[in-house]
Amino acid sequence: MMTLAELAYWQSTSLRVVGGLAAVLLMAGTLVYLHLFKLVSFMQSRLGPMETGPYGSLQLLAEVGKFLQKEDIFPRKADRFVFAAAPFVVLMSTFLLVVVVPGGPDAWFIDSDLGIYLAMAVSSVSVIGILMAGWGSANKYSLMGGLRATGQLIAYELPLILAVVGVVIQAGTMNMQGIVLAQADGEIFGWGAIGNPFILTQFVGLAVFLIAMQAELTQSPFDMPVAESELVTGYMTEYSGMRFLLFFIGEFATAGVFSAIAAVLFLGGWYVPGIDSDSNAFNVIGPLVMLGKVVFVSFLVFWARFTFPRFREDQLQRLAWKFLIPIALVNIVATGILKVAF
Amino acid sequence: MSALLAAVSADSDQFVAQNVFFGVIALLMIVSALKVVTTSNVVHAALWLVLVLAGAAAQFILLGSEFVAVTQVLVYIGAVVVLFLFGVMLTRASMGDDETAAGEKRVMAAVVAGLLLAVMSVALIDTFADDRVVIDEPQLVSTVADSIFSQYIVPFEAVSVLLLAALIGSIVVARKD
Repeated sequence: MMTLAELAYWQSTSLRVVGGLAAVLLMAGTLVYLHLFKLVSFMQSRLGPMETGPYGSLQLLAEVGKFLQKEDIFPRKADRFVFAAAPFVVLMSTFLLVVVVPGGPDAWFIDSDLGIYLAMAVSSVSVIGILMAGWGSANKYSLMGGLRATGQLIAYELPLILAVVGVVIQAGTMNMQGIVLAQADGEIFGWGAIGNPFILTQFVGLAVFLIAMQAELTQSPFDMPVAESELVTGYMTEYSGMRFLLFFIGEFATAGVFSAIAAVLFLGGWYVPGIDSDSNAFNVIGPLVMLGKVVFVSFLVFWARFTFPRFREDQLQRLAWKFLIPIALVNIVATGILKVAF
Repeated sequence: MSALLAAVSADSDQFVAQNVFFGVIALLMIVSALKVVTTSNVVHAALWLVLVLAGAAAQFILLGSEFVAVTQVLVYIGAVVVLFLFGVMLTRASMGDDETAAGEKRVMAAVVAGLLLAVMSVALIDTFADDRVVIDEPQLVSTVADSIFSQYIVPFEAVSVLLLAALIGSIVVARKD
């Protein structure tokens, strides 16, 4: 059997480009349909979309068609280039983020030594796009939304990165494949039947990571930047049609990619216990296992989103600086001590 | 064009594609850097600066220093420029051109920039002369970590203390009471 690693460079690269597009667009579609359409409907005792296709599954295509038909509106005083470019900057950050997520032993986009560090770096680029959108719209609500988003994203980037450091210390590598293998081949006090998924040892890190991730995605209860009752929709207020769709895809695809990163760091990535970790079978079932874990983690994200009321701006900043960052620092110190001790 | 390519490929221990992309990225960086200082809109200047810094990150990747490149993106694009933009938008977020942006300070800035360029050029040419950068393979993170925490441990700790002092100093300056 031919593996992905034996293909020529241009062949595997073309496959990876297609895979990256599929990973971003299909993941965004899956999350919107499963969680935004159906999960929230069931939580509110209704059915959600049912008319378009079986169980309303083609509603997404109808929505995309609707957005594509809309007029491309520019506010008269807007900075045209900055306004037009902003959604692409946000979406570019999402596409750069997806390349670090591995789907199997040979099914990866890049197998970089930097791995999770690269992901943390490119995820911070989206802040520039949000500031461009907020300022370029020439609208005070957009600007306030953009500033709130930036303050929030800067504050929660620190606990996010610090929560990852614990995992990196325990795995001994920043490479995403290395982190998966460290969990697959790990042992818990000499017992290696299920490997050592870091959710068991890094549960503090997982809790900090999930909370910070919720804030990075500006999902409720951290949706102060798009608070509709005071800011219309924040930095997205002036966007419509195609450009709004790009922001929308970016939002949900980033939710999916961050869920995938959480799944790799804490839930063992593409590995499931019972199959040898260098088995070729993982190139086929690995992406499916990843999809299952992504749907599970993103379920937690949307569950919290539809359950909790919004934080106030000062509560939100206090949670990050006075609560999450100290906990994450203590977690790093404890992990370091235990790593040396055992 | 063919003469240029011949000159580039005469560099037998370098890759042709690498040199061509160095030129393309360098040109983009120079144009962006000129735009940073000539545009009269502060927000536009900061956005052009993003392109300059991204170009620097790309040059580091061409040199095989992936860790430095990613750090460049994380620190300069993800933090420094974001703080620039944040500060500009909190204070004066005027849409059009800002007439007060430049003025007589331009001459002083040009003099300082020229002096800096001269000093750095002399230092670099004097130190490296005809030396070639040898790029066998991408630099591993562990190599960077080993050199920081063994060979360069004293400068590293000194920089850490300097940053801490700067942080405390900024808090002292910002406190009103």
